[in-house]
Amino acid sequence: MKLTLRVWRQKNAGAEGAMSTYEVDDISPDMSFLEMLDVLNEQLILSGEEPVAFDHDCREGICGACSLVINGDAHGPERTTTCQLHMRSFRDGDTIDIEPWRASAFPVIKDLVVDRSAFDRIIQAGGYITAPTGAAPEAHATPVPKADADFAFEHAECIGCGACVAACPNGAAMLFTSAKVNHLNVLPQGAPERETRVLDMVTQMDAEGFGGCTLTGECATACPKGIPLVSITSMNKEWLRATRKAGKR
Amino acid sequence: MARTLWDSSVGKKTVMAVSGMIMLLYLVAHVIGNLKIFFGAGEFNHYAHWLRTVGEPFMHYEWTLWLVRIVLVVAVVAHATSAYQLSRRDIRARPSKYVHKKPRASYATRTMRWGGIILGLFIVWHILDLTTGTVHSGGFQEGHPYQNVVDTFSTWYGNVIYIVAMLALGLHIRHGFWSAAQTLGVGSRTRDRALKTVADILALLLTAGFVAVPVGVMTGVVS
Repeated sequence: MKLTLRVWRQKNAGAEGAMSTYEVDDISPDMSFLEMLDVLNEQLILSGEEPVAFDHDCREGICGACSLVINGDAHGPERTTTCQLHMRSFRDGDTIDIEPWRASAFPVIKDLVVDRSAFDRIIQAGGYITAPTGAAPEAHATPVPKADADFAFEHAECIGCGACVAACPNGAAMLFTSAKVNHLNVLPQGAPERETRVLDMVTQMDAEGFGGCTLTGECATACPKGIPLVSITSMNKEWLRATRKAGKR
Repeated sequence: MARTLWDSSVGKKTVMAVSGMIMLLYLVAHVIGNLKIFFGAGEFNHYAHWLRTVGEPFMHYEWTLWLVRIVLVVAVVAHATSAYQLSRRDIRARPSKYVHKKPRASYATRTMRWGGIILGLFIVWHILDLTTGTVHSGGFQEGHPYQNVVDTFSTWYGNVIYIVAMLALGLHIRHGFWSAAQTLGVGSRTRDRALKTVADILALLLTAGFVAVPVGVMTGVVS
């Protein structure tokens, strides 16, 4: 396959960026999108140019490091992560636009790499449980109803890649935050911090400069792990419940 | 608790949802009242007079009406203020746009902000036209709403302003009602289809009901 790539190049956080055009040839349809970028970078290094910086790690769709907006879609045209997107999803001769996640809470560090530490601070605000560490507890010590376990697991699938923020026209982190809140709030292990978790995480989310939810549904469409839009509804419910309880105290 | 609500983006959405619901309830009552125009000047004017005597003798003349007006003003101000503040936050959160643009979300969703501004301006015109009579086209007569309505819809601009605003209203309710349910945490996977259907039916019935009046005047059914 022969492709024309238009890639966002930006020297550093303070520099002005712009789209640069590159040609790549001999791309196999079986390559992943990141392997295609590796080919581009080898080509750039050989010609003495600076390679394109992009985030990647596990390359098997579970770590949440890769993060590219491809032709206007977070993680590209398929519902998966960029590393699990294959070049067979494109046609020979295509022009592909590659941009970083766009949100003021995710500033660009270089080229396609953005700073997602705002997510870490949201997690630090309440995305944990208080439990004694040590050996794994006996599996039946705390029974969890099947429906609750399924609900928790569905939300635990969130890999924190930030595609929801990238896709949202308001740069909101509601889907990410709701996935983390719902995952822990439904389980008995997460019950002691049930109220403080949702209140603190939403406060941190606001403090990081993420936008609010206007229910466009773009986040859930972009999510490679299929976190549903109704997850946000569940978090709103938890937030209102916690606010009522805090008001009574 | 009020502080928590107003300081949080989720809380401000709650304010929008509740104030929106109050206005929606009012609109349902309003459209039912409007449709009485098809039963003649006597019934319509009598209904308008009754609105001022609701609750008598417990309430004095026009007390109930003013109570409703106060609640509505509070709802409109709360709705608009939170919408403005939330929109500012949203725009700040996404300063640079993507080079590769794609059409996003449904028409009703994308037009919430502009639709809201159109509706806000419409409310001002509507009150100045048919409540105070300040910008009324004919000779405004206090206590004769039937004739006043006919006068308004006998002008081309009266019809245009009104019908455009009612179409904006339908779109606003279509996305707004369903969104309010999500914000208040009453939406769920099983209820989603029902909520969307109710939103569509409400939007359609309210728009059709309101637009029926200018159409009635234009076609001569109401004169």
